[in-house]
Amino acid sequence: MEYFSYTLQQLINGLQLGAVYALIALGYTMVYGVLRLINFAHGDIFMFGTFIAYFCIARWHLPIYLVFVITIGASAALGVLVEKIAYKPLRAAPRISLLITAVGVSLFLEYFLSLNAMFTPNYIAFPRPFDVAGYDLWLVTITNIQLIIFSVTAASLFLLYLLVYRSKHGRAMRALSHDQETASLMGVNVDATISFTFAVGTGCAGVGGILYGFAYPQINVFMGIMPGIKSFIAAVLGGIGLVHGAVLGGLIIGVSEVFVSAYLSSTFRDGFIFIILILVLLFRPNGIFGRRIEKV
Amino acid sequence: MTLLGSARRLFIVSAMAYLLLKGFFLSGFATEYLQQIILYALIVIIASLGLNVIYGYTGQFSLGQAAFYGIGAYTSAYLTHVFSVGSALPFLPILLVSGIMSALIGYLIGFPILRLRDDFLAIATLGFGIFVRVFLDNSDRLIDALGGARGFVGIPRITSLDLVFPVVFILVLVTRNVIFSKYGLFWQCIKDDELASSAFGINTGRMKSMAFTYGCFLAGIAGGLYAHLYTFLHPSNFDFLKSIDFLIIVIVGGMGSITGTIMAGLVWVGFIEGLRIVLPTRLLEYRWVFIPLFLIILMFWKPYGLMANKESKLLGIDKAP
Repeated sequence: MEYFSYTLQQLINGLQLGAVYALIALGYTMVYGVLRLINFAHGDIFMFGTFIAYFCIARWHLPIYLVFVITIGASAALGVLVEKIAYKPLRAAPRISLLITAVGVSLFLEYFLSLNAMFTPNYIAFPRPFDVAGYDLWLVTITNIQLIIFSVTAASLFLLYLLVYRSKHGRAMRALSHDQETASLMGVNVDATISFTFAVGTGCAGVGGILYGFAYPQINVFMGIMPGIKSFIAAVLGGIGLVHGAVLGGLIIGVSEVFVSAYLSSTFRDGFIFIILILVLLFRPNGIFGRRIEKV
Repeated sequence: MTLLGSARRLFIVSAMAYLLLKGFFLSGFATEYLQQIILYALIVIIASLGLNVIYGYTGQFSLGQAAFYGIGAYTSAYLTHVFSVGSALPFLPILLVSGIMSALIGYLIGFPILRLRDDFLAIATLGFGIFVRVFLDNSDRLIDALGGARGFVGIPRITSLDLVFPVVFILVLVTRNVIFSKYGLFWQCIKDDELASSAFGINTGRMKSMAFTYGCFLAGIAGGLYAHLYTFLHPSNFDFLKSIDFLIIVIVGGMGSITGTIMAGLVWVGFIEGLRIVLPTRLLEYRWVFIPLFLIILMFWKPYGLMANKESKLLGIDKAP
């Protein structure tokens, strides 16, 4: 019984991490859908979101709803800025040039923000705006952090669902991901829709950044790299270009990472991701939900 | 003698460069530090040449070159440790084995990942790099001598100009000959259009695997030389940023250009280490702010590099043998 309880507790912890990965993976999958680009800088925008939240809470002592508004706004603004400056002029260039540019943007953000005049390269303690409390349920303990993460993620996903499947902008996005040329012939404003997709995707990463700060309150400018890569793998696992695939993939990656840490060793958890990636590519290259836009 | 005949120019230029460097090393002007940088630049050229074969000639984008470099470094360091080798001559077979080890792992990992294209291949190779990093961090659980996260210490210093220069020379010559062979032509066909290549009857899967394996072999050799130059290895020396180093050299030098890679390798190491001398430590952190900016500008300006598909006449490797 104790073993079962322990496993269940790890599952909850894994879902907590997985919810954050899911929020990041959404941005990867949406951008990939419209632009066929792995936005390498996405993990760094997630990091930027965490830092903005840190400034809102620790320096400016803003109320929590303003923290969310400002962080989402700032992350989305950075995402659109990166798209306009770095990616837009290269839209007709070979895909690898675009990818190398994305790697360059990622490195630039990391090292520019790690300057002492900016966020400094040190680890910073992220102050939680509330006290941690645990609630004993039958077999497991759930903290209020986990409740916040689950409810905010669920709310974000619901809003995103409305946006993508029930709004005009969402329809434009989906049309673009099917066929850019045809969509533009049907009157979809391609540039505006791509920017909008970046804004939504990086906004989700910003939400993920706040939640990550609540759950793992040691932040650093290089903290976005590993969650970024893991979330991209999550998006591939679920089926790249698919919103629900990104969510499921994120949860699976989060849970398996926590299980590897709990039952094997926490030093193996980053390596385990690669094994998942290879298994997916070998046995189910289109991801769990199957349909891949790009044939590889 | 046709081989020597067509590569006469490369022989002459290399011999001159060797004598020049040898004289410089013996002259007393070259400090220990300067000698180390020059040898390091030659080593980096080998690994970058490997990436140029994979990416520049065959078009398979890899972000994991540093992993194969690390595999070569750890393999050779472990072998010299086991056989307690301390001089250059018995080190040569070990160097070869470390190259073969990297090539073998590259060959095996190539099976699942070389089916992927462009950005997916990039993520897969990047993932492999992380996997190797994690493996090296935990390597002391398997074999204590590898040191794990503490680092591999006590490697004998074997790498010298007399060892590195001939190795670089031979590998450049071999690479140039391979590139001008039918396999090299197949590789370049695949870069231009994979579908059309397979329509011509080129076995694209096998050719990609061959190029990748050869590129990893070069990285392994470079790693072996690196380990016995700096005498200390740490898993963090072989992470993602190191792969970016090699990528920048290949891109700056030009995809599909051996001379470009050689020049860019020299300039890159000189630039990075030179800034360390010129800039005060306070400004040193700005290096990695400007390097990515430079990379982005290069993508806007010359996406295939400065000397893409061109060879300088200087080395005489611009014509088929």
